[in-house]
Amino acid sequence: MRMELIQPFINAADAVFAESLQAPTKIVDLEMEEDAYRRKGVAALIVIKGDIEGRVILDLSPEVAIKVASQLAGSEVEASDLVVRETVCEMANMVIGNSVTLLNDRGFHFKVFPPEIHMDDQGLAGSADTEALVICIETPCGNIYLNIAIHYLHRRRQERSAVPTLD
Amino acid sequence: MKQFAALVRKDNRPVRYLVVDDSVFARKNLIKMIELFGGEVAGEAGDGLTAIAEFNRVNPDIVLMDITMPQMEGIEAVERIVRQHASARIVMVSSVGYQENILAALQKGAKHFVQKPVKPEVLYEILRYVLSDDPNATGAPVALAGEQRS
Repeated sequence: MRMELIQPFINAADAVFAESLQAPTKIVDLEMEEDAYRRKGVAALIVIKGDIEGRVILDLSPEVAIKVASQLAGSEVEASDLVVRETVCEMANMVIGNSVTLLNDRGFHFKVFPPEIHMDDQGLAGSADTEALVICIETPCGNIYLNIAIHYLHRRRQERSAVPTLD
Repeated sequence: MKQFAALVRKDNRPVRYLVVDDSVFARKNLIKMIELFGGEVAGEAGDGLTAIAEFNRVNPDIVLMDITMPQMEGIEAVERIVRQHASARIVMVSSVGYQENILAALQKGAKHFVQKPVKPEVLYEILRYVLSDDPNATGAPVALAGEQRS
């Protein structure tokens, strides 16, 4: 995976969490994972297609999600599946949206699909053939994980850039 | 928490907002800010189609509109609302802030764009700017009740 593709996700996640939680955040772990993905809590999976293809997973425990929701609401939020799902979904949307903005400004074109939320025991099958970068971000609410498995499609970009010749 | 001077209409009534976002969470967050600015939530919608119906029903002073939504996306909803109500004031609120998106929204009639996560002070300034063409304000900038404190 090329670092120039990963960096916007790291920057966006850092900016979104710091702004949303009104506190500094820190990347405490960053590692390549080649095994099937194992969810740590509630995960939002976002698929990307175009010049860049792959998927990004935002993953946090329900307890962390409730703390994040309370922080965003400015008061204690009652724990429920709906609150957890909404929180993870909105955080994922913000991180991916900001990352896409950064990548698009650098000339990469692609489509982002709405997040799929996985919170039951069976959800989110692993993708054994996909090498992923897993980033652990420490926040005052607890750890948030970002799992990124994307690659650059040079061929797709060349096809898009090709201009038909006129006689 | 930072406090803001209330944004009010020229007739001293609270500014009425329509909040459009498919995420209940995002809507709550925006509503919290609207209350902080002394505004009133006239309606809510979770997609573009409902937003058009709600606009016709509540006739808000300002619409805060997400872009990526089910059924009908925000940019198409802007186009349809502005076609029927040329003076509609719509501010796009989205996490996807690349140039093509912003330009498309502005070309369809949106007045401004703010990227998520929304900073209250940024939204406040944008609303002040957008409300400055309030017909009820007869050309004057939006009337502010009280001084801004920090």
